[in-house]
Formats: sequence, C-alpha cells, structure tokens
Amino acid sequence: MKDIMNKEVDDRKEDAIVTEKQLLPVQLNVNGKQYILHLEPWTSLLDALREHLGLTGTKKGCDHGQCGACTILIDGKRINSCLTFAVMYQGVPITTIEGLAQGDKLHPLQQAFIKHDAFQCGYCTPGQICSAQGMLNEGHAYSRDDIHELMSGNLCRCAAYNNIVKAIEEVIETGQTPDAV
Amino acid sequence: MTTIAADISQASYIGQPISRVDGVAKVTGTARYAGEYTAPGLLHGLVISSPVAKGRILSIQSEEARAVNGIIKIYSHENVKDLPWFDLSYKDMNLLPGSPFRPFYSNEIQFSQQPVALVIAESLELARYAATLVRIEYETAPFETDLENNLENAFTPKRGKTGYKKPKNRGNAKKQFTKADVKIEAEYMHGAEHHNPMELFSSTVVYGKDGSLTVYDKTQGVLNSQSYIARVFDIKHKKVRVLSPFVGGAFGSGLRPQYQLFMACLAALDLQLPVRVVLTRQQMFSFGHRPATWQKLKLAASNDGRLEAIEHTAISETSRFENYTENIVNWSGRLYSCDHVKLDYRLVPLDVNSPLDMRAPGAATGVLALECAMDELAYKLNIDPLVLRLKNYTEKDPESGKPFSSKNLMDCYKQGAEHFGWEKRIYSPRSMKQGKQLVGWGMSSGMWDAMMVPARAQAKITADGKLVVTSATSDIGTGTYTIMTQIAAETLGLPLEDVSFELGDSKFVFAPFEGGSATAASVGTAVLFACKKIREKLLSLAKKLEQSPLANVQDEEIVFVNGRICHQDDIECSLSIREVMDRTGTKYIQEKNSDLRAMFKQLGYARNTHSAIFVEVKIDEDLGLISVTRVVAAIAAGNILNPKTASSQIMGGVMWGISMALHEDSFMDHQYGRFINHDYAEYHIPVHADTPDIEVIFVQEKDTVVNPLGIKGVGEIGIIGTAAAVANAIYHATGKRIRDFPITPDKLL
Repeated sequence: MKDIMNKEVDDRKEDAIVTEKQLLPVQLNVNGKQYILHLEPWTSLLDALREHLGLTGTKKGCDHGQCGACTILIDGKRINSCLTFAVMYQGVPITTIEGLAQGDKLHPLQQAFIKHDAFQCGYCTPGQICSAQGMLNEGHAYSRDDIHELMSGNLCRCAAYNNIVKAIEEVIETGQTPDAV
Repeated sequence: MTTIAADISQASYIGQPISRVDGVAKVTGTARYAGEYTAPGLLHGLVISSPVAKGRILSIQSEEARAVNGIIKIYSHENVKDLPWFDLSYKDMNLLPGSPFRPFYSNEIQFSQQPVALVIAESLELARYAATLVRIEYETAPFETDLENNLENAFTPKRGKTGYKKPKNRGNAKKQFTKADVKIEAEYMHGAEHHNPMELFSSTVVYGKDGSLTVYDKTQGVLNSQSYIARVFDIKHKKVRVLSPFVGGAFGSGLRPQYQLFMACLAALDLQLPVRVVLTRQQMFSFGHRPATWQKLKLAASNDGRLEAIEHTAISETSRFENYTENIVNWSGRLYSCDHVKLDYRLVPLDVNSPLDMRAPGAATGVLALECAMDELAYKLNIDPLVLRLKNYTEKDPESGKPFSSKNLMDCYKQGAEHFGWEKRIYSPRSMKQGKQLVGWGMSSGMWDAMMVPARAQAKITADGKLVVTSATSDIGTGTYTIMTQIAAETLGLPLEDVSFELGDSKFVFAPFEGGSATAASVGTAVLFACKKIREKLLSLAKKLEQSPLANVQDEEIVFVNGRICHQDDIECSLSIREVMDRTGTKYIQEKNSDLRAMFKQLGYARNTHSAIFVEVKIDEDLGLISVTRVVAAIAAGNILNPKTASSQIMGGVMWGISMALHEDSFMDHQYGRFINHDYAEYHIPVHADTPDIEVIFVQEKDTVVNPLGIKGVGEIGIIGTAAAVANAIYHATGKRIRDFPITPDKLL
C-alpha cells in the first residue's frame, strides 16, 4: 500500500469513478495531519478513513451505529463514524486510534488495555479505547457502575467487558488521564 | 547456584500471566483483519440476498445497474457457468453429510437471505447503490421453518459430521423410571442463535500475474479455505495462498468457508483483478447458526438422591440439504454416575441454511437441559442442588468405563461453593429478598472434551539466537500467538522477545481449523516437540565444540536459560546459543515435530474438562427485570498455560452462557421463513452494563496423559452450564421454572 500518512492524498482525481460533479473535495484533519480527498457526498466518515485514507484501525462492525466499533473522537467528543458523512467534518480535528500513541509511547489507555487483557480478538478494541477517552473527556464517570453504563454503546462479543472496565479504572485512579484529545 | 535458580524461574513462561504478544498491534489499530488489505485498483463486491425462503428465481434484470458508471460486472446463476456439480468439490473440513450449499449454482432458493447476485464496482458506495437497481423476480414455494410444529417429522441421523458421536444407551432406563421413588420430567426449548463476531465476514483476493490467488480471509482455518477454493475453482493448491493473521472473533462461524470467500474468488479469477467482498451484519444471519432445539429430560432417583435413570431426548433443526449434527444428549450419559441411561437424538430438516458449530456446540445445549433438570430433581427430593451433584459424582467415565486422564470437578464444587458463599444460601425459593429485589442463587456443572488433533509446527533458530515458530493455525482472540510463544521460549530458554510465533498462513505446516478447544493442546504439543528437537541439536553441537565446558555433562543436568546452555548447578559451565551457532558455522537449525506418541497413550482414558458455575441473580419483582450480579466459575482444565488469557476465555464463555439464558434469540418469523431481528439492535448480546462480577478459579489438575504439558483447552468450558446456573438462580429467586430460552422479563410476569 502506498504511503499515505505523510502527504496529501488525492486518490480519485485521475480515475474518476462517477462524474466529476458528484465528487466533492473534502479536507480532513486526522490525527494532526491534513488530507484532501475527493469523495462522493454520501461517503461515510468511517469509509473515508478506512477505504480512502487507509486508516483501518477504526473498525466496521455493523455500519448502523449499533456496535460502537467505529468510535472516533471529533474535537474530543466520541461519535460513531459510520453514522455520519465525511463531508461534514472539513477542518475539524479528528482523532482515531492511530493518533493516540505518541510515537512508540502508548497512550495510558492502550497500556492499561494490554495489562488487563481488555480484549481478545481485538476488533472492538480501537472503538473501546476511543470511546473510553471520550467518556473521560465527558467527566461523568465516577464509579465502576458509571463506566459500565457509559461504555455500553461499545459491544464486545468476546465479552472482555470486566477487563475493559478495570483498565479504564486504573487510568482514572492513577490520574494519568491525558489531556482531552 | 542461586543465580541459576533465579534465572530458571525468570525464564519460566508456562503458567505465567504474560500479556498478549499481539497486544500492541491490537490497541494501536495496526492489527490488520481480512477486509483491511488492499491492492492497486481494488474492486468492491456487494452481495444481494434472497428475500424469500424457498422457491426459484424467475428473472434478474440488471441492465439499469450495469449502466451505472463504475459498475464492473454483476454475477448470478445466469452468467456463472462451469461450477463443479460434484458435492465433494464443495465439502470442507466439517464434513457434513449431504450436499453443501453451492452459491450461484442454479435458480433454486433454499433459505431466506441466500446470496443470489454479486455486484462488483469500483467503490463500495457504487456497489451498494447499483445493488438497489437490480430487479429480481421470484416464484415462491411453500416452506417450513418451525421446529416445534414439526417434531413428529424428526429422524435419527445415521451418521454425522466431523466429531459426531452416536449416543450410547445403557441399562434399562424405561423400566427403572417406572419403579423409581422420585422422578421429574421436563421439556426445554431454545431458538436459533447466531455467532455474530464483531468483524464482518470479509475476503480480499489479490489476483497474481501467474493466475495465483493471495486471499485474506476471515476464517478459523486457512487450510480449510485454501482447499475449498482449490476444489471449487479447480486451481492447484500451491496457486492459492490464504492468510488470516488476525480474526475479529469467530466462535465457530469461521469453521466453514463462508460465501464471501466464494464470491471474492469468483470475481477475482474472472476479472483477473483484486476484489474484496464484505458481508453486512444482516447477511451474517444468513449462514450457519446454533440450531433451535427442543429437549425432554426424565430423571429418576432414590429417596436419598442417587440417580437411577436418565432419559434425554433432543430434537434439533437442520437444513434440507445437509445433516448438521451435534453431541447434545451424550453429556447426560457422562456427567453423573447412573446405570440406566437412554439417549435419543434426532433431526428435523427445515427450509433454513445448515446450522453450524457455535461455541461449545452440543454441550451448551444439552448440559443446559440436563443441569436445569438436575435442579428440578433436587427440589423434588428436597435436597441442596450441590449436594445432589456430589451424591452422583463419578470418578470414571460412566459411558466407556474408562478412567479419566484427570478429573478434579470435586475441587471445582468445593472451591466454587466456598468463594461464592453457597453455604449461606437459604434453600427455599423466594426466601432471599433484598427490598423489592428477589435474590436467587443457582449452580450447575459443566463438561467438555479435552481433544488432541493432529497438528504440526516448524521451528527455526538463526545464528543471532532468534527463534521463529510457524504453524497454519489460527488466533481468533483465544491467545494462540501468546501461549505458543511462551511454550517455545521456555523450551529453548530464550527471552520472550527473541521468539516469534506466526500463524494464519496456508504456506505454513499443517494445523486443523481452530475449534473445539483443541488448539492449545494440539498445536502447543507440536511447538514443544519441534523446539525440543532444536534443543537436542543445539546440545549436540555444544558438546562437540573443542574444549566444550559441557562435553562431560549429562543431558539431564542441562538447562537452557537466557539464551545459554548451562549445567543446572553451575552457571560458569555454560555456552551461549549464539556462540554455539557461531563457532560451529551453523546459520540456522530448522525442525518440525513428528512425535505423535502422546495420541496413542490417550486411548485408554476419557479426557475431559469440567466446571462448576455459581450464579447470583437479582430480579425486580414488579417488572421482571433480571440482572446477573455475581458469578463464580471454577474450572478444571489441566495445566493453564497463561492464567491471564485463559481467564479471559472463561469470562467470555460465562458471558455467552448468561447471554444464552437471558438475551440471545434469532427470532424466526415463520410467515416469511426469515430471521427478522437480524442486526445488533434487535439481536441482543450482553453489553458492559449487563456484566456481573465474574470470578474465575482454575483448580489444580495435573494430567500426564492428555499431552506432555497437560493442556486441556479452555475455549468452550466457560459457557457450558452457565445458562443452566442462571435459570436455576431465577427459579430460586422467583419459584418459577422457565424452560423456554432466553428467559425474558415477559416470561416471569
């Protein structure tokens, strides 16, 4: 796969698939990098990330906003990226799982997830971690029950729930909650 | 001396709670799943599914769809020719008796949501749009999808799929039942369930210039997919490479090649271009499922609680074209001491897709009914449900008469009860209220097979002291990567970071699909033997070196620690592996396991895992809302390679059991012959808020028979019995026996 992380991307300019009129130029700010894409207006933000930017860390589990696997952070707020269109997020800071670690230094939630075995197959994990960060940003999680409740939009079929909660609790308890991302 | 001992304990990885070696890849989003590989010019496929359950396709009008700019081709039975007609071409390692489903083979519709067409386009959006423009006309035929209405049509299968064991009767249960002191009789029913792994079923197929295929598939067995493609499309095996390094959950759904694999390969071969086909969540309700099953249990006992007769009948659905079989009733002849057992397993063919193994197939179903019935019997006898189990404990397998290779169910009962606080339980139902909450405590036993299947591993150590071990096995979230790395590192005394285990590639040595909790034992033993062979070679090289300090050391006194070959009592008397390789000019040593001796020794023994599950529920008396608040799962599963990943397996299994008891139900609308709750909003699985406190206990169980490391496997045992323990707790809380699963609030009101 071509390296698209560090340069502007213009995948579609030459091999226009539908008529030029239907493709909209979209400028996305993902994990601190600027990208210009040409997208159908109905391309979901999730598909733009996965199919057009190659950022496949954000997962598709249902495409209907029912599972939370596609959770990302928009200006620090967690959303289901499958339920919204890419064209709506021009210039807004978007953070995906790929943007949480600082180089080789894992984000505290990522470290805690590994330590507490907060995943098995790993497919819901990026969404769980982004959702957890979004929940921490919201600032309403005061107890284990709160975390269980506020994380209930993120399904895990392996049912690693208790370990996910332990990982989040540890990040809260050790006060390593990073600044809102 | 102390130094060596400390070093040895440091290099001891088996049994340690090591964090997953693939953890970083999974938490950073770099772990790549089947639908996440790409290639220049990748095309996207979208499958169109039949809205009717039975009939035939009269016509397909696709002109309008084909006219869309960017649509490459639309496939259906009308234009897909030259598919093999022979059943064997479509068989997979599951080997169901019958005639496997063949996509696009004819215009016949055999089940609702059957794939009928494939739209290939330059983008996913276009494929999705064009699919809406395809007009398909159907002629419908009468169909039958209701198991309960067709129980009289049940037949006894003459043979079954891979792993099927014909139930065995003993004694004369019927006669014994008529003269017994105490007896109960009850019927249990649960509907179909779907696996629903988080990852959508996907295949990305890259067509090579030489006509070869590189296939990224969501599967539990790369060799199963490879062999299927080779036979269906008549290509040489070596021209098909299937990879599956990460699998986003499977739970049995990846044991058969699913139709997106067929679709992606069909289009890639025809167009000679790279193609990806991803199914929708809704379409994942179109393939195999845990079959709807009706069961009847009759138990008879003496007044003091000894089982005198067990009769267990199970009738499950299957498709019209294959006989899917499970070992449902068999467990009733094996879990307790009882001389008179009558087992009856039958199938009803319906107009549905063939069922498919789903976590603990057979046992999840059969043990649910048996263990609910045991609870009913306990209350009929007026004795504690745990005491009833203890009274009927068996030290040998009652079915075969063979001893168990190991069985420490007794400690499961003891430790589980103690940790749960079972002795504080008040016997009578509805006696443990907390305000408006009815509190119920229930328990169950569980049993699964400790299987060993033929598997191979290849290990290669290079001059830099790094070890790479490979096998065509799978890690569906079970922890295969991690435990195999632990076994290899410990066997050769290498630091974990110098060892890598690779899997999910059809070019690796043979391993069967990952299923039945057999992988840790089977592949783990293969890894052990392959690494032991390297160890022998290294030692022999080390001893032959000029002035080798190890020349006169007995083999039994040698240890491999921290990359060194040492005398166990003298760290000075050692050589590093790198030095040995270097001084002998050895670039690498590569070995495969070939020792299958362990498999013959086992034949004289019954080999099983066991469990005791204790559950607390709290129920809102007015609304019937049920919460599982506490679970203790005590597991006897031999040697636990990694308590961290193994606990996760058990916790996951326990949640599946709770889900079976309270949530999961693929709801068949018999008017349309279609599962109507076919998405995550309507098909309920537990969420964070449904999760109770779960304590997992692994009791000590030393087993020298199953395999040299004493591994029994933990993937299934967590679910088995859990649903019964929940149902029994609900009875204890409410005094109501609900025998129709899942137990939803309406059934309690």
